[in-house]
Amino acid sequence: MNRLSRRRLFETSIPLALVAWSQTSCNKTPAPTPEPPAASAEPVASAPAQPAALKIAFAYVGPVGDAGWTFAHDRARKEVQAEFGAKVTTTFVENVPEAADAERVIRDMIKQGNTLIFGTTFGYMEPMLRVAGDAKNVKFEHATGYKTAENMRTYDSRTYEGAYLAGVVAGAVTKSGTLGVVASIPIPEVIRNIDSFTLGAQSMNPKAKTKVIWVNKWFDPPKEGEAAQTLINQGADVLMQNTDSSAVLQTAEKAGKFGFGWDSDMSKFGPHAHLASAIINWGPYYKKAVKDALEGSWKSEKTWWGVKDGAIDLVSLSATVPAEAKAKVEQIKAGLKDGSFAVWKGPILDQTGKEVVKAGQTADDGFMLGINFYVKGVEGKVPSSG
Amino acid sequence: MQLDSLALLLAASVNSGTALALAALGLLVNERAGVLNLGAEGLLLVAAIAGFATAVHTHSEVLALLAGAAAAAVLSLVFALLVVGLHTNQYATGLALSLFGAGFSAFVGVPYTQETLTERAPHVVPGLSRLPGVGPLLFSFHPIVYLTVLLAVGLSWFLFRSKRGLLLRAVGESPEAAHALGYPVRRIRVLAVVAGGALCGLAGAYISVVYTPLWVENLVAGKGWIALALTTFATWRPARVLFGAYLFGGVTMLELHLQGEGVDLPVQFLTMLPYVSTIVVLVLIARNPDWIRANMPASLGKAFHPS
Repeated sequence: MNRLSRRRLFETSIPLALVAWSQTSCNKTPAPTPEPPAASAEPVASAPAQPAALKIAFAYVGPVGDAGWTFAHDRARKEVQAEFGAKVTTTFVENVPEAADAERVIRDMIKQGNTLIFGTTFGYMEPMLRVAGDAKNVKFEHATGYKTAENMRTYDSRTYEGAYLAGVVAGAVTKSGTLGVVASIPIPEVIRNIDSFTLGAQSMNPKAKTKVIWVNKWFDPPKEGEAAQTLINQGADVLMQNTDSSAVLQTAEKAGKFGFGWDSDMSKFGPHAHLASAIINWGPYYKKAVKDALEGSWKSEKTWWGVKDGAIDLVSLSATVPAEAKAKVEQIKAGLKDGSFAVWKGPILDQTGKEVVKAGQTADDGFMLGINFYVKGVEGKVPSSG
Repeated sequence: MQLDSLALLLAASVNSGTALALAALGLLVNERAGVLNLGAEGLLLVAAIAGFATAVHTHSEVLALLAGAAAAAVLSLVFALLVVGLHTNQYATGLALSLFGAGFSAFVGVPYTQETLTERAPHVVPGLSRLPGVGPLLFSFHPIVYLTVLLAVGLSWFLFRSKRGLLLRAVGESPEAAHALGYPVRRIRVLAVVAGGALCGLAGAYISVVYTPLWVENLVAGKGWIALALTTFATWRPARVLFGAYLFGGVTMLELHLQGEGVDLPVQFLTMLPYVSTIVVLVLIARNPDWIRANMPASLGKAFHPS
């Protein structure tokens, strides 16, 4: 009896030890990209009289190495650290699921003394809101959401401007006139990007049409690649994606077609296929947010920055892109900056031919935040989201 | 045009199903010997990063695939020593292996997330791939795809026509009987686990080196779990594993194809399709208990204590 129970103990303890070991390696993942050592060492060494550094924590939905969404956020975090040096300490937790776990992670961040917390995905909205109600002395920054509190505000980027600029390039390059988009989750932001991409393409090639495949995930490289292959099989020769990996671009490269980088510069993933990258630069906003917190001018608001504020750009245009398209891209960027150009300016027709934005009118933010229809030229039907 | 489109869809289905088939064939070898390895997902991930890293450094696809197989074989050996040698619980150890593989691959993979593989020529069988109609369908796959088919045939022969195969199955059915006859049950189980693990490794490396040539954390996205379901789906028969894997690949690709064609069906429903079809088949199989009883290794998942 005694012998048996000891064996049982042994049997279960080995797998448990393995689990424990594997999880430590999980937690270690961020180790190769540590904070600049100066940040933690300096305040003690050189300026002991300085006030304690502002502790800032970032919750990421994906791995820092996804080369897309989370990668872009982490680049901005590093910019913050570089800009403010010893005045701030930044830490991050990656792969935080958009569920109950998020709340636990955020509460943990507060326990560790962080007083400014960035949540970088839509799904953290409710957990952050709950925690914000309990921790009034902590400031919360939530990306891409719409709910705020007195100590929680939202920020987002006008990714559709990047999508439109990419569309301009796509319209100039396509030979088949068929574009393909690998889309993630049917929410207004993604639908708006598909529409804007199509509108951009039609500004160069009025007959351009867009095929859309939804993979229902933000991140699933094999499936993104399969969707891209399907679009190519069905005649698309320029691909775009609103998912987080570089799989679509790499599939285009393999098939001798064209594609774009999304969220961050992906030019090296497709030496021939890459036309340009529509990037998000969170740096300017993150610096502003930290500055607000440091100077005490932080207040609850909603921020939606685009090309004008340096938050969105189309970069690394390849040699394949015709000069005419390059000039058009520059012209639009200039127009977005001085306010003489808007992506959602009428006349814009939806799929059924109904005029959704009247000629001469410009859609306001409220309209754009609720876009749930395809414009003319996009094939298929918007998946119902409720 | 329509024919071409169908041919492309079928070709894509076979490509998509190949990784699943390889992994499931490996698991089938394990399970026929009576060992259930729930760590398949971890094996695939570790093999994927091992293969990808090797491809980055050596630019050799063959070496990369071998490295993937070797990495998974080593990990399987650890698993085998635990469950066969020390009689740890197979379910718990397998799950631990799965978690370990996910964490470990992410950890060592960090420097590789920004790497790209150098270009390689597309794989076609010279001459034959230009045949109209069947050419692109039958003769333009990666060699691994053909290898997988041969493997399924070879494994069928091995398990049901050779003496060693009979021995392997005997160990999975009744290790006590095999032991009484003087066969080294534990050694056979360890060998089966390592060989099966190597096949899973080949599948993992195929994903990261050939099918989706990049590395990101959790690249295989659940294919290991599907492969585990496939062995049951196929009632532990190699030919059915192959069929099941292609079917699953086919339903996956069909979902994407229908969307691209603009067919008016809810996306969420289409995304469910591969999983729903798996469940339906499992339920159909379960309706006939004789089917399962006739094929399921009787000692699957049970530790063997020689006494």
